[in-house]
Amino acid sequence: MLHYLAPYEFYIEVVAFCAVAVIAYARGLVVRRREGLPVHAAPAIGYFVGVILVYAVMHTWLDYLSQYMFWVHRTQHLVLHHLGPFLIVLGRPHEVLPHALPPRARARGARILRHPLVRVPYRIVQQPVIASVLFVGLIYFWLTPAIHFDAMLSNDLYRVMNGSMVVDGLLFWWLIVDPRGSLDGGLAFGTRILMLWMVMIPQIAIGAYIGLHGSILYDVYAVCGRAWPISGMLDQRLGGLITWIPGAMMSVLGALVVFRHWLRESERAEARRTSTLETFPS
Amino acid sequence: MNRTAHAVRALVSVLVLGLLAGCSQPAPWHLKDVSGLLPDLQFQLTRARDGKTVTAADYRGKVVALYFGYTNCADVCPIMMGEFAAALQSIGDRADDVRVLFVSVDPKRDTRQRLAQYASAFGDAFVGLRGDMSTLREVTKRYRTTFGYGKPDDNGFYEVSHSTAAFIFDRKGNVRLLAQQDAPVGDIAADLTRLVQE
Repeated sequence: MLHYLAPYEFYIEVVAFCAVAVIAYARGLVVRRREGLPVHAAPAIGYFVGVILVYAVMHTWLDYLSQYMFWVHRTQHLVLHHLGPFLIVLGRPHEVLPHALPPRARARGARILRHPLVRVPYRIVQQPVIASVLFVGLIYFWLTPAIHFDAMLSNDLYRVMNGSMVVDGLLFWWLIVDPRGSLDGGLAFGTRILMLWMVMIPQIAIGAYIGLHGSILYDVYAVCGRAWPISGMLDQRLGGLITWIPGAMMSVLGALVVFRHWLRESERAEARRTSTLETFPS
Repeated sequence: MNRTAHAVRALVSVLVLGLLAGCSQPAPWHLKDVSGLLPDLQFQLTRARDGKTVTAADYRGKVVALYFGYTNCADVCPIMMGEFAAALQSIGDRADDVRVLFVSVDPKRDTRQRLAQYASAFGDAFVGLRGDMSTLREVTKRYRTTFGYGKPDDNGFYEVSHSTAAFIFDRKGNVRLLAQQDAPVGDIAADLTRLVQE
């Protein structure tokens, strides 16, 4: 049993990311409570589950299976690029993580984030069209057969590939589930729905292409050997389906969160209007 | 005006020459070039023929093709080994500098004797290698490959999933090429020749 929890390969970046993510968030929660700020259980649970999922697919027996089975690899990327980052950003890290730092460092951190060298590139990659193209482009890039071949063969490229999925996942889903609406400097909710739709269609397309393709697209799994004897075509069909259906479903989940934010914002706007009317009766 | 035209022409020719020099790379390989993608040759296994423990050092100076298979394999392994045998036959004396290391990933059924017989059936350049499970896990992992076993049928026969490609190393033990399942014999022969001549 313990054997399944041990990492197949040790990745320092995964351990560092998960450790910092957990410790900083936990500390942020403690400090918030001490300062009398609200602490919400559901987002916190989502956050920790997200980090644990990322850790699990990278640093347990699942990583071994992901290297030697195409469909497990697709599931791993579903977690690294979709589900994990989605749950992490649902934890409202912008409210919690700053509290992990002492006040002075917090102020310095905020200054760094406002610095043009950070803000301008961030604005560019988070521009809605660019962010959507990056999100889908990364999936297409690593699934290009020749590139996929090298990425699965070279351990270094494999790490770059998986790391890029997490980073891009965090950026994209943060843009989608950021609770601040356009009135508070966030992205307009309608734009977000459009983005979700924009990334869903190409994912369905590539998933269907892989799942329904009549010959083997990714021969690297034959080169490296599979985790257990299974036909290459079956492996590829399953992998295509996983890219296709759960990948697209994540857009629906994302849309649910956006609609909830949207509803809340319009309720707030409505409440503000009625209260104004009551204060100044005509 | 004329002088400017001259200067531009000179600049352009320098640029073109520079580009040509930069692009004059050697011809591409027939097989897939995997230089730098994988670690160099390193292992410690038992040679089936004489029971001796051998390491990569024993094969330094030879061009080595490393293959993970099992003798009960119905098609993939014998086809690949057959292709290498044909390729080596076609390159004559140069084949003396090539070794094909057939590492069995099914040590339970592949006894020393069986493996030695299997390897020698393909030719003198073929070497059967064995190891215990943990050694095999280690050496296959080093080349980013794995193997697994299917459920045994009523006769006790089981399938083994394994790498279907041969990893080719140069005389210094650096990884260079990957011969995949469907690689034509001519491609294998041509690239092996080139590596031997390096």
